[in-house]
Amino acid sequence: MTTTESNDVSSDDSPAVIPDPNAVSVIINGKQFIARQGDLIIKAAEDAGVYIPRFCYHERMSPVGMCRMCLVEVDTGRGPALMPSCMFPVAPGMVVDTESPVSKAAQEGVIELLLANHPLDCPVCDKGGECPLQDQSFSHGPGESRYVEEKRHYEKPIPISELVFLDRERCILCDRCTRFADEVAGDALIHFTSRGNTTQVITFPDEPFSSYFSGNTVQICPVGALTAKPYRFKARPWDLEEAESTCTSCAVGCRIAVQSSRDELLRYQGVDSDPVNWGWLCDKGRFGFEGIKHDDRLTTPLVRTAQGHEATSWNAASAAAVQLITDAIAAGGASSVAVLGGARGNNEDAFAWARLAHDVIGTPNVSAQFADGLPVGVLGMPRATIDETAAAPTVILLAPDLKEELPVLYLRLRDAAVKHRSRVIEFAPKASGLTRYAWRTVFYEPGTQAEAVRAALATTDIAAQVAMGDVVIVVGRANLAESSAPTVAALHALVAALPNARVLPALRRGNVMGAISVGMRPGKGGLDSRGILNAAADGKIECLILVGADPLADVPDGDLARRAMAGARRIIAVDTFINASSALADVVFPAAAYAEKSGTTTNIEGRVTTLAQKVTVTGTSRPDWMVAGDLALRLGTDLGFRSVDDITASIAATVDGFEDVTPLALAHAPNGVLTSVVVMEPVVTPSIVLAERNSYDFRLVVSRKLYDQAIGTSTSPSLSPLAPGGAVFVHSLDVARVGSAIGASVKVSTPKATIVLPLAADDSVQRGTAWIPFNQSGANPGDLIDAAAIVTDVRIESI
Amino acid sequence: MSRLSEDNVRIALEIIGHYPRARSATIPLLHLAQQQDGYVTNDAIRHIGELVGATSAEVLGTATFYEMFKFEPVGKYLVNICRTMSCALLGGDQLMHHAEHTLGIKAGSTTPDGLFTLEHAECQAACTEAPTLQVNYRYRFRVTPETFDALIDDLRAGRLDSEIPPHGTVSRVRQRIPVDRGVGVVAPEDVTTAPSWMLAPEAAK
Ligand code: SF4
Ligand code: SF4
Ligand code: FES
Ligand code: FES
Repeated sequence: MTTTESNDVSSDDSPAVIPDPNAVSVIINGKQFIARQGDLIIKAAEDAGVYIPRFCYHERMSPVGMCRMCLVEVDTGRGPALMPSCMFPVAPGMVVDTESPVSKAAQEGVIELLLANHPLDCPVCDKGGECPLQDQSFSHGPGESRYVEEKRHYEKPIPISELVFLDRERCILCDRCTRFADEVAGDALIHFTSRGNTTQVITFPDEPFSSYFSGNTVQICPVGALTAKPYRFKARPWDLEEAESTCTSCAVGCRIAVQSSRDELLRYQGVDSDPVNWGWLCDKGRFGFEGIKHDDRLTTPLVRTAQGHEATSWNAASAAAVQLITDAIAAGGASSVAVLGGARGNNEDAFAWARLAHDVIGTPNVSAQFADGLPVGVLGMPRATIDETAAAPTVILLAPDLKEELPVLYLRLRDAAVKHRSRVIEFAPKASGLTRYAWRTVFYEPGTQAEAVRAALATTDIAAQVAMGDVVIVVGRANLAESSAPTVAALHALVAALPNARVLPALRRGNVMGAISVGMRPGKGGLDSRGILNAAADGKIECLILVGADPLADVPDGDLARRAMAGARRIIAVDTFINASSALADVVFPAAAYAEKSGTTTNIEGRVTTLAQKVTVTGTSRPDWMVAGDLALRLGTDLGFRSVDDITASIAATVDGFEDVTPLALAHAPNGVLTSVVVMEPVVTPSIVLAERNSYDFRLVVSRKLYDQAIGTSTSPSLSPLAPGGAVFVHSLDVARVGSAIGASVKVSTPKATIVLPLAADDSVQRGTAWIPFNQSGANPGDLIDAAAIVTDVRIESI
Repeated sequence: MSRLSEDNVRIALEIIGHYPRARSATIPLLHLAQQQDGYVTNDAIRHIGELVGATSAEVLGTATFYEMFKFEPVGKYLVNICRTMSCALLGGDQLMHHAEHTLGIKAGSTTPDGLFTLEHAECQAACTEAPTLQVNYRYRFRVTPETFDALIDDLRAGRLDSEIPPHGTVSRVRQRIPVDRGVGVVAPEDVTTAPSWMLAPEAAK
């Protein structure tokens, strides 16, 4: 929107100007503006610098005209009339007056009515100080009320989910939360009930608002009616300081505002990044800050003595670690050292560790994945951004359940599907969150996805659909109980048939893309993660370095992880907590956690954004890159890194694809900078020879739920109770085959191991397959998984 | 608390078949549920949600908008006595008083035998016949204490069974239109052309 001097846009001095067909000339408060066709008046006015008060209008949701706060006088040629400006698009020649006496009287009237029943308990309300109702009562309200009657009363806050409380007295019925639940999240578990004066937001009895995205409603509620358990009564907005950052709980890379008070993390709020999260966050990302201030955080380095781990100084720990590394090199050569991890830190951490591993120690055995990812060559395939994916006519999913693993990507693709921009063709072993919205879902038996893809592409309707234009393939590991080979084979089948298709990798750990890109990947002739674990299990790894890696929890093949940890001769861990794996380390360095260090991160589309340090580190912990720099120095090489910015600059200068990602560019790009795709070693088509599934057996699917026992969830008091717990799920028609009652414990066995889990029925599981969520309480399905096998067949028997 | 019976599911599917979108059948199905149990049970709400592809919260939200859906058990006969202007002027209040006395309950409650629920109502659009009341939405005009008592006696004795069905039955004869006899309404999203009456003059030519 621009202010023009004259009414005539194409004046005589510029005859070449072709009138913009989308330009609509309107007069707002006496000045002429050019708005865009289709813009709502409220938006056009805002772009022109005129703020119209509002409660229900939200840019990312459809307008509903619920609150009437945005009433302004509009003259479309028939004389001025009050109109809700969030409901009407601009029209040529429209005259809008947001400050006329009539507009003001209308706005004051709405405020007075809204406040008639409002409890005005601002002093004890979380929203006080950042409340649109407070603010707009001041700026657009009458200043006093004529209402002297008793106000409406409801029971003060009632929980509508484990995380969110509803105070119905404060609610102004703006329909933001309910619209969000229905339109954006697709979890219409809250709704208005009743009518007139008794209208209220409710959940159905025994069906709480357990959406993965519930926290967004708290953020967008324009009053203090919705509050979040982790933040209730923790701070006043004016005590909060904030820094903009990026969520790294998964690799979507949602922008957030990290807020703290007195050096304590208190809240994350979503920031609207147009190419990524549109302001939304999932609850795991939003409330994950609780784990960072957990009492069990490591505060000092630890070294193993005969009595177990003992706290020590950084100096002593570094010396001990260097000794372990030099001993290892002396015993087995540089390649007997292996480094696993990097995906949980930032680009700078990963880069420093990659330099240390490849250049200083000289080992090619480096991996940022845990035998649960994809060959790194996938990152070298032509890539699509999230925006391009959500705009492509065809999106092919060959991916894990995005709602569980990359939640806000799920929101973006759900939006594309429900708004009919994209048709989603899903290949899956089990129904996912997107199945409801997919144009076609092809269920395959694990291991057979390549055939499923080829068969589907041969059908006329799918062939016609993929010929309609851009195709984006979202690719990741849908099943941890199978190797990556079937997925890679299916990807090859797709790319062979659709040479112009682009790929969006659906890898999960926060900075997995960045870590791999900046060098946390196997060097020439190096081992990948599975190779490293196998070598360790075989006693060939003299020193295993874990950088934010917990193989015992992360690696699907539990037995391989245990043997690797037992077989590695020396173990060094850099971690924020003592977990199953760092407990076995000889030296443990306490790592600075998220929001305790700055840097950059790379999301699934290769977008680099900044991470802010908001609070001081826990204890004496340090960012991973400093640990790497110190060890390198002690091993005789100065990496030359004195600050995070040094490393960011060094990445831009030396890492292919990161040329544009300079500290300066990042400072001017709130939405981050896209890296370019660098072709890596091509992914070879694996040959897959599947044994026939014995008809007594179930083919196993193991996949992750949003909430599990991973450290980020289990250390968060609000999130840890949300993990559903372990069970083995079969289709309801397969229950009889098992011969046990639902809920009874059953034996699930492979030739390798037997575990006991309760039996459950779930019709999203396909017949003939069994599904076990990964890393939940109870027996570990990883015990059944063999990293060397293509698929896993299990027998389920009653006890 | 019960879900729709097998017979009613059959009717429900038939009703759903009349609409291009299953959700449009929500309100007819709520009536069906109320006819089955006399009120709309939570289980029925859940069941309707499953049938039309909505969450229980959505069905409840829609249902509670309407006065005539009840979510707690009501008597076999729901007696609504009008209290709006005409009726109030012509003795509606006294009539309610009398009704409370006769039935031994306060307005808004149900007799212990489960036969009668007494409620206030707003204008029933029969002001010329004030005071009026409805029993399961069947009118009684110019009601006096005597005719009220007679009405209650008749209901108790089952003498009006042929005229006044139990609460929840909207009509005594259900119109059953087999799905294949429907007019085949097209869902709004599937409409590709403007209806002929809507075409711009030039285009219509
Ligand atoms: S709870 Fe908040 S967001 Fe929801 S309708 Fe009420 S005021 Fe609006
Ligand atoms: S989707 Fe991922 S990046 Fe976004 S808030 Fe959730 S965990 Fe964080
Ligand atoms: S903002 Fe326009 S009606 Fe609420
Ligand atoms: S006032 Fe009673 S019917 Fe109209």
